[in-house]
Amino acid sequence: MENRLVTLFREKRENLLNVYFTAGFPELESTGVVLKTLEAAGADIVEIGMPYSDPLADGPTIQASNTEALRNGMSIRKLFSQLAEVRAQVSLPIILMGYLNPVLQFGIEQFCQEAARVGVDGLILPDMPLHEYEEEYLPLFQKYNLSLIFLVTPQTAEERIRKIDDLTNSFIYLVSSASTTGIKVGGDSKQLQYFQRIQNLNLKNPKLIGFGISDRSSFQLACKYAEGAIIGSAFIKVIQEKENLEQNIRQFIQEVKAPESVSA
Amino acid sequence: MKYSVDERGYYGNYGGAYIPEMLYPNVEELRQKYLEIIYEPGFQEELQGLLRDYVGRPTPLYYAQRLSEKFKAKIYLKREDLAHTGAHKINNTVGQILLAKRLGKTRIIAETGAGQHGVATATVCALAGLECVVYMGKIDTERQKPNVARMQLLGATVVPVTSGSQTLKDATNEAIRDWISNPEDTHYIIGSVVGPHPYPDMVARFQAVISEEVKQQLQEKEGRANPDYVVACVGGGSNAAGAFYHYLNEPDVKLVAVEAAGHGVETGFSAATSVLGTLGIIHGSKTLLMQTEDGQIVEPHSISAGLDYPGIGPMHAHLWETGRAKFFSITDDEAMQSVVLLSRLEGIIPAIESAHALSALNKMELKPTDVVVLNLSGRGDKDLATIINYLEDIEKPNGE
Ligand SMILES: Cc1ncc(COP(=O)(O)O)c(C=O)c1O
Repeated sequence: MENRLVTLFREKRENLLNVYFTAGFPELESTGVVLKTLEAAGADIVEIGMPYSDPLADGPTIQASNTEALRNGMSIRKLFSQLAEVRAQVSLPIILMGYLNPVLQFGIEQFCQEAARVGVDGLILPDMPLHEYEEEYLPLFQKYNLSLIFLVTPQTAEERIRKIDDLTNSFIYLVSSASTTGIKVGGDSKQLQYFQRIQNLNLKNPKLIGFGISDRSSFQLACKYAEGAIIGSAFIKVIQEKENLEQNIRQFIQEVKAPESVSA
Repeated sequence: MKYSVDERGYYGNYGGAYIPEMLYPNVEELRQKYLEIIYEPGFQEELQGLLRDYVGRPTPLYYAQRLSEKFKAKIYLKREDLAHTGAHKINNTVGQILLAKRLGKTRIIAETGAGQHGVATATVCALAGLECVVYMGKIDTERQKPNVARMQLLGATVVPVTSGSQTLKDATNEAIRDWISNPEDTHYIIGSVVGPHPYPDMVARFQAVISEEVKQQLQEKEGRANPDYVVACVGGGSNAAGAFYHYLNEPDVKLVAVEAAGHGVETGFSAATSVLGTLGIIHGSKTLLMQTEDGQIVEPHSISAGLDYPGIGPMHAHLWETGRAKFFSITDDEAMQSVVLLSRLEGIIPAIESAHALSALNKMELKPTDVVVLNLSGRGDKDLATIINYLEDIEKPNGE
């Protein structure tokens, strides 16, 4: 079967909405509900966070959701069993995001094998060194038809961006500004220049802008400069509320995806 | 066997740079430039001048006669407690502040456990006129209060960290997050031989002055540059790295690394990484760390804030694996007994961290002819509140 990310990007290359949530949050068994509701509400991709004790690149909101999910008893093993159960009911691409240490403890090959088995399409491992991936793990990821997604930041040199583009077969995660997750995208001139600079590189892979995308206006701004965007912390805030989980998710996604009003 | 770092940033199986892209440009810039900058003659001249006139180096190598009598061996104390600010930490911060200036950075961040590294960083920032922000676990701000006041007096902003176990690991996470958010003007002065390459090697080189001096001083006092043992405590491992550095390839010198056992290695309240740790990634480095089967980092415990860290630097993981260094673990109680012992026998109040190294003397099988160099990494003034509380508690009958 073709990787679902590859299929998606062949068919759609604009206004792509990728939503991040932490597995096992707000409750251990929320993973499946959140996933199904997101697909029904119109998310194009989901990125499921594997909770970690020390999420270095994450701001307070996602940190807190990680802590809570671990307290709920979430683990990679548990996530795989949840995904195995729910995968037949959703067809959108699934990405797992997490830090390298828990994956190493699971065993990288075993992890890839399990991920493939339960229908995962992509992985984001922010602390996986590019050269180590290239030299050691690339064949493994290919064998299991998993796409590793790399981050690009305002400080990433062009040469390195080109290399990342070469090593990628799904999309590039464009970090909106120098920050951890959860800082709002303001759309200041420096940021827009950066988005424009990347757009002008004409990379072969689509780009999704993440970190600080929180609502309709920041989503639309991102979609002007990239093929889509990723919402994380803002969505975690929506699902913090255990009551009316599905309704809140539907409403939030609807608001984010609402077309630009004619009068604006 | 090679004990120094290789071109890829590894000590054997340990080391490397496992960092998110947001940190890559800064760490890569450091990697490319650190050796060139450090060994540039102008840099060395400035560094040596500061180490001499500002830090007060060389620190004495003191023959501790009464301690020697007690342990029936010749024991020398390398008096890092007499360095400016009261610990070895300043050797590293003086070096890194000069480096930061040459990199054009205007803002400095640091993590601190005991507060010694924070004070040493705040000190050199005052000296260089640079802005300084120090992250410190909230629990540590309480048990090392005098150092918080010192940092503030020196003009630094101390940020109490409330995530996780609220100690050194979490302070380090928060400092890394700050660096992610401020990549252009900020340099991160890591306080130990931990973190992504080139930090472990860079910090070890700045601390290597300890063993460089010991070699010369011991030659003068004993007619030989090599002792039989070098003993040092290991939190992240910077004072040990400095004390071992010039002896790594001298097989006649036995290296002894001392970790904090906390309440005891088996109690679940410990920081003895070489016993309890397994291979993993912490703060950007592949090394030994305390973690669950699922790879979640475990919260350590030690009465000593400077040793309360769930990992050890990659160099020490390699020294452990190859057997080049022998590791001991010392409980809170044993360390506190050594605080009292050194105070009473030699009139020196040691940092609780350094007292762990002293306690290892009880476990080593020493001969009267053995020459032991023990790195007294810091002084105990910062620990007075902890020490007084501890002594009051044990003096109460039935532990009430
Ligand atoms: C006096 C003293 N000794 C030792 C340490 C432990 O650090 P390291 O293992 O890097 O020397 C500290 C850390 O704060 C310290 O203050």
